[in-house]
Amino acid sequence: MDIIISNTGDQPIYEQIYTQIRDQILSDKLSEGEPLPSIRGLAKDLRISVITTKRAYEELEREGFICTMAGKGSFVAPKNTELIREANLKKIEAHMQEIYELAAGCGMEKKELLEMFALMGEE
Amino acid sequence: MEEFALKIRHLTKRYKDFALNDVSLELPAGSIMGLIGENGAGKSTLIKSVIGAVKPDAGEIEVLGCDNRSAGFTLKKEEIGVVLDEACFPAALTVRQVNRVMRDLFKNWEEKTFLDYAERFALPQNKAFQEFSRGMKMKLAIAAALSHRARLLILDEATSGLDPIVRDEVLDVFNEFTREESHSILISSHIVSDLEKICDYIAFLHKGELLFCEEKDLLLERYGLITLRRDAFEALDKRAVLSAHDTGYGVQALVRRELLPAGMKAERAAIESIIVAMAKEGKK
Repeated sequence: MDIIISNTGDQPIYEQIYTQIRDQILSDKLSEGEPLPSIRGLAKDLRISVITTKRAYEELEREGFICTMAGKGSFVAPKNTELIREANLKKIEAHMQEIYELAAGCGMEKKELLEMFALMGEE
Repeated sequence: MEEFALKIRHLTKRYKDFALNDVSLELPAGSIMGLIGENGAGKSTLIKSVIGAVKPDAGEIEVLGCDNRSAGFTLKKEEIGVVLDEACFPAALTVRQVNRVMRDLFKNWEEKTFLDYAERFALPQNKAFQEFSRGMKMKLAIAAALSHRARLLILDEATSGLDPIVRDEVLDVFNEFTREESHSILISSHIVSDLEKICDYIAFLHKGELLFCEEKDLLLERYGLITLRRDAFEALDKRAVLSAHDTGYGVQALVRRELLPAGMKAERAAIESIIVAMAKEGKK
């Protein structure tokens, strides 16, 4: 499993862990039932706070990506297609927002954007 | 296992020209707390009160679930590894002789652990303690503190005076120590960057008062650095600004992220600059 922590950016560390594990589950790099490193072990390996790592795992569990069994650790939860769709929708929205802001920054209109998008996948 | 490795309630200690005033804090078991403050802020007084070397005027201290004024505390000390800023061993002893002395002092002394650390820290075998450099002395004290199955390490300025490479080595050892869920550390230092590297919690003492005791990552999430044009700076909500510096070409400011206009991004600030700004402000 790859987790790259950046200490310079704007994104809180727990969010970096959350997103990276979530993305690896969504893209099937981590498959159902696979064990995740222990909260404490991961924190110490990455040299980050245990509390922060715990927060990321709690978030992943709340969103249904992982499940935690007392005394056994955390595992990748069974795939839930609805959940995956929802997560991908959120990502698409975030990317679109970025596109929208970029376009506004250089005076592009929505129409132009839509045209660009319509052309995608046709080549 | 207790929920908290250390509980301090309303600790007060008055000296002629200094007072540690009504300090309360809790260190959850399994975590590392950094105690920050300028020289004379009260870090050593706090630490000495915890280990019972200083008698407080008021307040209670519970260490590993045990009131440090109770009779049982003497036994509890087995489980507390202490390193103070001056390492003290009899001057003429070598590493192996220190080992023999400690074996008689601590019920749970682990010879092999100690000698392994001595080797890992590259401590000389045949030199007497008095010939050790400051770095070696501190490393010997740290090795000893880690070799009697302590669950709580209390370190007062244990990394200051060490060169950066040795400091990093020592921080590594502390990081490893807390892999165990029941192991906790209280470490004081005025080298904030060291504490920023390993701590879960930061407690900030200023002129004898505890200004805050916070989760480190929350501090970093809450505050950020921005650099912007003067007119843009003037337009900011003044409550968002903790400190600002006009460079002549623009303004660099330490800000509360939540009070920034939507979409404005701040860079990560160093704990040190957050602390300095708060110390100047004198409040949170």
